[in-house]
Amino acid sequence: MAITREEVLHVSRLARLSLSDAEAERLREQLGNLLDYMKQLDRLDTRDVVPTSHAVEMGTPFREDVVHPFGDREALLKNAPDREGDFFRVPRIIED
Amino acid sequence: MEFEAVIGLEVHAQLATESKIFCACSTKFGASPNENTCPVCTGMPGVLPVLNRKAVEYTVRTALATSCKVQRRSVFARKNYFYPDLPKAYQISQYELPVALGGHVDIELDGGTKRIGITRIHMEEDAGKLVHEGEFAGAQASLADLNRCSVPLMEIVSEPDLRTPEEGGAYLRRLRDILVYLEVCDGNMEEGSFRCDANVSVRPKGQKEFGTKAELKNMNSFRNVEKALEYEIRRQIEVIEDGGRVVQETRLWDAGAGVTVAMRRKEEAHDYRYFPDPDLLPLIVEDAWIEDLRKTIPELPAEKVARLAARYGIPKYDAGILASARALADFFEASVAHYAGSPKTTANECVHWKDAILAGRLSPETIAHAVEDRETGAISATASKKLVELVLETGKPIRTLRDEKGLTQLSDTSALDAIVDKVVAASPKEVESYRNGKAGLLSFFVGQVMKESRGKANPKVVQEVLRKKLGDGGPS
Amino acid sequence: MENVPVHQWSLLEAARRVREKEISSRELTKALLARIEVLNPKINAYITVLPERAMAQAAACDEELARGAPRGPLHGVPVGLKDIFCIRGVRTTCGSRILHNFDPPYDAAVTTKVLAAGAVLLGKQNMDEFAMGSSTETSHFGVTRNPWDLSRIPGGSSGGTAAAVSAAMCFAGVGTDTGGSIRQPASLCGVVGVKPTYGRVSRYGMVAFASSLDQGGPITRTVADSARMLSVIAGYDRRDSTSVDLPVPDYLAAVDKPVKGLRVGLPREYFEGDGLDPAVRAAVEKALKALTDQGATPVEVSLPHTSFALSAYYLIAPAEASSNLARYDGVRYGYRSEGASGLIEMMSKTRAEGFGAEVKRRIMIGTYALSAGYYEAFYGKAQKVRTLIRGDFAKAFGKADVLLTPTAPTPAFRIGEKTDDPLTMYLSDIFTIPCNLAGIPGLSVPCGLSASGLPIGAQLLSDHFREETLFTAAGAIERAVPVPRVAPLTG
Repeated sequence: MAITREEVLHVSRLARLSLSDAEAERLREQLGNLLDYMKQLDRLDTRDVVPTSHAVEMGTPFREDVVHPFGDREALLKNAPDREGDFFRVPRIIED
Repeated sequence: MEFEAVIGLEVHAQLATESKIFCACSTKFGASPNENTCPVCTGMPGVLPVLNRKAVEYTVRTALATSCKVQRRSVFARKNYFYPDLPKAYQISQYELPVALGGHVDIELDGGTKRIGITRIHMEEDAGKLVHEGEFAGAQASLADLNRCSVPLMEIVSEPDLRTPEEGGAYLRRLRDILVYLEVCDGNMEEGSFRCDANVSVRPKGQKEFGTKAELKNMNSFRNVEKALEYEIRRQIEVIEDGGRVVQETRLWDAGAGVTVAMRRKEEAHDYRYFPDPDLLPLIVEDAWIEDLRKTIPELPAEKVARLAARYGIPKYDAGILASARALADFFEASVAHYAGSPKTTANECVHWKDAILAGRLSPETIAHAVEDRETGAISATASKKLVELVLETGKPIRTLRDEKGLTQLSDTSALDAIVDKVVAASPKEVESYRNGKAGLLSFFVGQVMKESRGKANPKVVQEVLRKKLGDGGPS
Repeated sequence: MENVPVHQWSLLEAARRVREKEISSRELTKALLARIEVLNPKINAYITVLPERAMAQAAACDEELARGAPRGPLHGVPVGLKDIFCIRGVRTTCGSRILHNFDPPYDAAVTTKVLAAGAVLLGKQNMDEFAMGSSTETSHFGVTRNPWDLSRIPGGSSGGTAAAVSAAMCFAGVGTDTGGSIRQPASLCGVVGVKPTYGRVSRYGMVAFASSLDQGGPITRTVADSARMLSVIAGYDRRDSTSVDLPVPDYLAAVDKPVKGLRVGLPREYFEGDGLDPAVRAAVEKALKALTDQGATPVEVSLPHTSFALSAYYLIAPAEASSNLARYDGVRYGYRSEGASGLIEMMSKTRAEGFGAEVKRRIMIGTYALSAGYYEAFYGKAQKVRTLIRGDFAKAFGKADVLLTPTAPTPAFRIGEKTDDPLTMYLSDIFTIPCNLAGIPGLSVPCGLSASGLPIGAQLLSDHFREETLFTAAGAIERAVPVPRVAPLTG
C-alpha cells in the first residue's frame, strides 16, 4: 500500500516523533509493506461481526467515593527532568 | 436581510465527589501544587484507572433530571493528544457510546416556555493546570500542577436550539440550578466548576441550512457568555453583510475588550484517534439502579416554580427567585407552614433576607413570626426589619426581642382611643379645619398620635380611629 | 539429586531446602549472585542486578525462618523479574533509554505478591524495548544471548528472563506475554513459560504495551515450578479493572494428574505451510505421542481464521501501544532531550531520541491505524477479526480439552538474522499470537532438541481459566520427554 511521505510526516507529528529524512523514507517503505500484508483482512466479510473492544466480558468494576491520599508527593516529583518547587517545569509552546 | 443566530452550548460540570474519577485522590480545591496526586492521575508507567461509582450516580441523576435516556451500556474512550497538563497524553472520555442521550431543559422567557434539547451527556476526566512562569509573555517555561487531573467532569451538549444570547443565559442558569439542586455540582462559573463553550453561527431567517459556526471559549460567567454571544452574532452578521464568509475557527472571548478574537496558535488538525479504552470495561447501568436513582431526584426548579406559584398564589417571578436555591424555597415553605396568613409577604421577606437564610442564620419560625406580627398589626414594617436584624445579631427569638425592646405596636383600638382623644383635644383648630374639608390634615393627626405614642401606634389603626372620631374630613 | 549443583535445583527443590534449613537463603542468594557475575557479561540477561538488596533480603529471610515465621511458598528463594514490573526504589527501564533512570513511586502487584511469598529479588531482567520484539535485540541495554548458543537470540520480548532461567541465574522469573513474549523465548531457551488467561494476573504496575493483550506469567525450568509461581502471582486485584475475581485453584495439584481421556486437539492450520521447521514438527509429534501414550485422545480441530491473526494483532497491539506510550513525553519522568526550543520540539526530540527503531515503527503503525479515515479499515476491522478468532477457539474447545501446537516455527535464529525486515521478525509469533487475541491461556513446555541441539517447545492452549489442564498436559509431556533444563554451555 503506497504511503506518501506527507502521510508519514503527518503521522509522526500526531505521534510527536521527529524523524530524519532517512528514517521517514525507511518508515514509509516499511509501513507500506506492513499495511499491504494487513490488507489480507479485507478478504474477510465482517459486516455482521461485533468488534472485540474489550478482552473481558463484564461491566467495569466501581470504587467507592472515599479519599485515600497517596501521601508522598516527593516520590512523584523526584523523577522530573525539570522541576520548580513542587511544579513540573516544561518549555513554553512556541507560537508561530 | 434578516438574520437569525443558531447557538449550541457545551457545558463541562465538575462533579462534587470527594475523590477523583479514576483514583482515590482528593478533589478538594486549593491544595498546594501537586499535593492531590498519585501515580494513577500523574500517568506513571504501569498504572490503571478504576471508576468512581459516585461519579456515575451523579451523571445518571443528571440525565434523569434532564429527561435523557440513560444508556444501559456505555464505553470509555481515549482522546489522544499531547499537552503537559495531560499526564497520560490521553483523556479518558466517552465518544461513540455516552452514558446518556436525547433529553431537554425547559427555560422561561418573556413569551413563555421554550424547550432546549440536550444531545448527550457523558463522563470524562479533567486535565491539570498549566501556569506560565513569571508574569511576562517572554517567560521561557510553564509549570504544571496536576491536582485537577482526573477530577470527574460531566459534559452536557445542547442541541443547537438556542436563538438568542438571552436564551443562552436562561438555559445555562436553569441547567446550573438543576445541577445544584441535585447536589452534583457547585455550579460556580467563576471558580471553574461549571464551564461553558459555545458554538455560534448565523443564517438568513427562513434558511434551513446552518451557517458556518465558530466555537467560543474563555467565558467565565453567565453574563460573559451572553455578552460574547451578542458580540459574535453581530460580528458574523457584519462579516456576511460585508460580502465575506465566516471562518470555522475557535475564538476566545476577551472580556476586557468586549470582543472575540481568533486563536493565534496555528490550529493543528485535531485527530484525537478515539478508541475504546482497554483498561476499562463497558459501563453497565442496570435498570434497577436507574430506578433507585430516579427516586432520589428532588422536585426540580421548573416544577418547583410552578408549584410554588400555584399553591401559594405568589407571582411566578417571586417563585423563580425562591426556586433559585433549593434551601431558600424549602425555607419559604417551612415558614408558610408556621404562618400561612400572607404567603406573598413571606415570599418578599425570604427574598429580602436571602443571604442570611442561605447562610443558615435564620429559622423559618423567625420569618413566620415576623410576618404574622406584621399582619396582625402587632409590629410595624420598620420594626419587623429591625427585629430580624437583632435576631441576626443576638440569636435571640424574635418575639423575645420584640417584647424586650418594646417594639410591639399599639394596635389595640381601645388603647389608642385615649391617645387619639388627647391629641384631638390638644389641636382644636386643626380639628375644625379638617372637619371643614382639609382631609390632608389626617396625616397631621396621625403624626401627632405617633409622636405621642413614641412611634408605637399602628398608623393604619390610628387612621381608622381618627376617622371614626373625626369623620372623613369634609362636611358630613 | 545430591550431586546437582545448587543453582540447578528447581524452584520447588530450592524452596524445600531453605524451608528445611538444609541451606540458608544467604548461601543460595550468594551462589546465584556469583553465577550472575560470571555469566551476565556473556549473556546479558540482567539489566540491573541488586546484590546488596538481595543479600539484605536473604538475611531477613533467614532470620524470619529462624523465628519460625516464613512468609510464603517462595521463602528465601532468589528469583528475577522482567524489567517491566515496577519496584519502588529500583530503577525500572522497560529496556528503554526513555526510562533509563525511572524510579517508580510504587510496587507492581506482581512485585508485591512475589515478595509477600518470601522470594529474594536478584534483579531486573532484560527485554525487548517496551516488550516489542521477538528476539530481545531491541533493548537499549544490549542484546541478550541464548545460553544454548551465544550467537543466537533467546527469543523475546522476555528473553532476559528466559535466558536467566535457562542459565540458572535465578530459580524462576516472571515475564510478560502480549503476542508470545513468554512462550516463544521459553521455547527457544528450553524452559517452561506460561501466559495465563487475560485477567488472571493483575496488570497493576506492569508497564503497558498493549492493554487488552498483556499478561504477566512465570518462566521456570519445570512445569511444577510454573504452577507454583502462577499460584503466587495470580489473583484478583481491585486496582486493575480488567482483573477477574475468580478463586485461584491449586495449580500444583494439576501437574501430576493423569491425562487419560484428555482430548488433545491439533489445529490443522498450525501444521500446514512451509514455515514450520521439520525438527519442530517432529518434536511436537513426540509431545503428542507422549500424551496419547498416557491415554489422551487426539482430535482434529480447525481454527480457520488463524492466518489472519498476525495482521489483526499487528494492528491492535501497535494501536494500543501508540496510546500507552504517549505518556513518555519528557515532562514528568525519564529521558528529556536537551536544547529543544519550545514544548513541541522537546517532546518530539525526546521521543525520537528516547525510543528505539522498533518502538517507533509500532507507534507509527498504531497511530496510523487509529487515525481519521483509517480507523474503520484498520483498527476497527482488526477488532472484528479478533472476534472471529475468539469464535474459532470457542468452537474448538467444544471438541477438545487442550490444543497442542508448535510454540515457534523454528528454533532460535542467529542474532541479527531477522532485524532487516520487520515482517519476517513478526512471523516468529505466528503460533503464539492467536491465543492473546482470544484471551485464553497458553503454555510452552520443552519437547525436544533440533539436530544442532537447540531447544524446541510445544505449545498447549486451553479455554479461559483452565490453566490446570495446561499443567496436567505439560506435566505428562515433561515426564515422558526429558530435555535438559539448564543450558549445557553454562552448566
